[in-house]
Amino acid sequence: MIRKVRSHPSQNEALLFERSSPGKRAWQLPDLDVPAVDAAEALGAGNVRAEIPGFPEVSEVEAIRHFTRLSTWNYAIDHGMYPLGSCTMKYNPRINELVARIEGLAWAHPYQPEPLAQGAMEVMARLEAALAEITGMDAVTLQPSAGAQGELTGILLIRALLEQRGNPRQKILIPDSAHGTNPATAAIAGYVVENVKSTDTGVLDLEALERAVDGGVAALMVTNPNTLGVFEENIVQAAEILHAKGAMLYMDGANMNALVGIARPGDFGVDVMHLNLHKTFSTPHGGGGPGAGPVAVKKALEPFLPTPRLKRVRGKWAWDFKSKRSIGRVRAFYGNFGVLVRALAYILAHGGPGLRNATVDAVLNAVYIRKQLEPYFDLPYPAPNMHEVVFSDERQARLGVRTGDLAKRLIDYGFHPYTVSFPLIVHGALMIEPTETEGKLEIDQFIDAMISIAKEVETDPELVKHAPHSTRTSRVDEVAAARKPVLRWKPA
Amino acid sequence: MRYLPKSESERRQMLDACGVESAEDLFAHLPEAVRLRRPLDLAPGISEYEIVDYFRERAAENANGYASFLGAGVYRHYRPVLVDTVVSRGEFLTSYTPYQAEISQGTLTTIFEFQTMICQLTGMDVANASMYDGSTAMPEAAMMAARITGRRRALAARSVHPEYREVLRTYARHQGMPVEEFGYVKDSGEIDLEDLERRIDGETAAVIVQSPNFFGVIDDVNRAAEIAHQHGALLVVVFTEAVSLGILEPPAGADIVAGELQSFAISPSYGGPYAGIIATREKFVRQMPGRLVGQTVDTNGNRAFCLTLSTREQHIRREKATSNICTNQALIALMATVFMTVYGKVGLRELALQNAAKAHYLAGKVSAAFSGKFFNEFVVRCGNPEAVNKALLKHKIIGGLPLGRFYPEMADSMLVCATEMTRRAEMDELSDALRAPAAAEVLA
Repeated sequence: MIRKVRSHPSQNEALLFERSSPGKRAWQLPDLDVPAVDAAEALGAGNVRAEIPGFPEVSEVEAIRHFTRLSTWNYAIDHGMYPLGSCTMKYNPRINELVARIEGLAWAHPYQPEPLAQGAMEVMARLEAALAEITGMDAVTLQPSAGAQGELTGILLIRALLEQRGNPRQKILIPDSAHGTNPATAAIAGYVVENVKSTDTGVLDLEALERAVDGGVAALMVTNPNTLGVFEENIVQAAEILHAKGAMLYMDGANMNALVGIARPGDFGVDVMHLNLHKTFSTPHGGGGPGAGPVAVKKALEPFLPTPRLKRVRGKWAWDFKSKRSIGRVRAFYGNFGVLVRALAYILAHGGPGLRNATVDAVLNAVYIRKQLEPYFDLPYPAPNMHEVVFSDERQARLGVRTGDLAKRLIDYGFHPYTVSFPLIVHGALMIEPTETEGKLEIDQFIDAMISIAKEVETDPELVKHAPHSTRTSRVDEVAAARKPVLRWKPA
Repeated sequence: MRYLPKSESERRQMLDACGVESAEDLFAHLPEAVRLRRPLDLAPGISEYEIVDYFRERAAENANGYASFLGAGVYRHYRPVLVDTVVSRGEFLTSYTPYQAEISQGTLTTIFEFQTMICQLTGMDVANASMYDGSTAMPEAAMMAARITGRRRALAARSVHPEYREVLRTYARHQGMPVEEFGYVKDSGEIDLEDLERRIDGETAAVIVQSPNFFGVIDDVNRAAEIAHQHGALLVVVFTEAVSLGILEPPAGADIVAGELQSFAISPSYGGPYAGIIATREKFVRQMPGRLVGQTVDTNGNRAFCLTLSTREQHIRREKATSNICTNQALIALMATVFMTVYGKVGLRELALQNAAKAHYLAGKVSAAFSGKFFNEFVVRCGNPEAVNKALLKHKIIGGLPLGRFYPEMADSMLVCATEMTRRAEMDELSDALRAPAAAEVLA
């Protein structure tokens, strides 16, 4: 029984290019207060283009209807729960949008004189300090654009420190449960990736680690809690093993939503980590960005942080571009400032005690879901979970229904799917992360939907295998899209 | 707390269902050594009203009510109201990356339109769904050229944005990619093609130029392309001022275009978030970094869109991926899409012409240092730019960017920019100040 949703008509809408016709316009410029120029004369005859072929021409009303209609074809957090594991799709407070648009912040030019940018710099300094306190680390850079760039920054920092100690080393160790960005990052930083197996209980295998760590290992990249949602109980010992051999511990902070106010990476041996402000700190995912990926480090790595760095000079903020040992810039200017403003607004709203309460509710929601769904789905790793829980489709697969099918059927029940087939160490994974911003009613509906689908698999597997049935777009042929790529519109 | 939707009694029911006494028990399995046994040293939470107040106070400490002639990669253009109207819709703002195509057709369709418009603007065959920004798109383009050519060397013009070149050096350092630079012509500010010919060799993977370049000068991209291609290298063309593409020839000779779309309704926002793009030839698509949306059909035969060619990407290919990029700039790219839709074919050209008119009016009064043709910014020689700027601030004008920080040989110059938002009266004031260098010295 599907209780959360029922269908309603959605508008059809052509592409902009198909609804365009010459002479329509949604723009009006003011009259020029200076003489007009002849394009060929001002810019050089050979430099002036003909009209842009195929570029749209639509009216203002059509433009707003176009995007509004398209928007209704999306699922979003504002519609309901988004249980994507490791993605931390939590509520995006609207106050954050408002403050990021205050004119003195939104229109600040990155090159405006420092005395006229003190407010922006203060916001960044305050966020740096808050993130340092939350992570238990000594220094923070806000420059990286998103998590993957934060990882790159972190690994380059490690490389720089090891180089200074005489040998950058060759290898980065990565557990088999890691996100794909970890090995991709290590490769870009010039390291060879060596996978380390997890134990039967899904955590770091200390004996395997001990064997793997030699003079060639620069660092271990670990996500904690790991992608099973399980806290790495041996993390302190793992750090000791690494440190004893001169290697470092990198933490992927993608799952920091399970730790804020409860445990701090800086206190359990982590040397460098990144945070995803678009996960733990509530900045909107926006259909795939923008994010921000601050990196927090221990003292020894601070001299290598990207330039410029904030510094206090005679009671004012200033940018310090001079750092002999810095790894350099990882992007232009200072970071995704607009995202940083939103994250600070979130931290201010919660405050210290509130952030901890958020963590508690995030874990409570995930544990509750686990308890309710355990009778219906296989739980390959029974260790206590934190903010997310990973089931496998083993029972359903016996009847020919895979995790991807279950996920698509969830859409008919009015929910976004969970994360499918990840982490890779779980065959047919269902990775579920509710976050703290779901109430009991929404979660109970989700649980009911999952149980109902589990029963459907037994009574009517074909129904599940061909889901979704209620969406305006039915199952999409992704194979055809890749075989013969059509990546842009062209006139018929 | 207002972001936590549970009542105490609901929380109690859930704890009971979990079989635990208190929420603390949920963390009992953590080793004691890792626990934080004190409250975070952060102030208690505050109300919406107080949050707005805090940020208004910070905003008041920044420049407010100043005219500005800063450009240099970040431009002041009017943001049509429709842009925020569209991106504020929760369906766009609060959705995830569109992996689940059936319930993400809104985002997927707008990205397909975005890719199409970027191709139309740049004259390329394919464009990706966005990169972080122009400064990271450029090194990604250089690494892509290295993969395609099987060579390692990158040769960048000194007239490419200096901060972009700094990022390139960071990315290239550990990939065995030597980065070298070639110069500009002293009189014209154009790229020095002779210097390029001298420095290019059989190991060069990418020649990187920017047009309009950092000095605002429109470069001869096609000559650079010929030279690059004669030596088996690829040409990467960078742009930082996307509005220029409304009136300037697209870089026909480029193999890869790496650009920044900040000009398309993206607030300056003290340096980000912006949106970069990479566009290229069809034959290079499988070496491209970043997400791509493709057209396909659903089981009912209806047109549909989905993320595609993902075997290039990190979540599938891991350490063999074309890039480590994951989250990109979807919502910012949507801002640019709405902007391009509002202005359209005619409006973007007219907007570009207004920019050129303003900047050429200003240049008529203060004279550009370089003889090369320019679009909406140019270099002015003014003796002591810092002193000039200091004097201008008293008139609530933020002057141009002093160039000495990036180009020691141009310590006497500043880069000034005028857009459709620059008023004639402001330009007249700037030119008065620039024509009175002695006065500036005195004020300094």
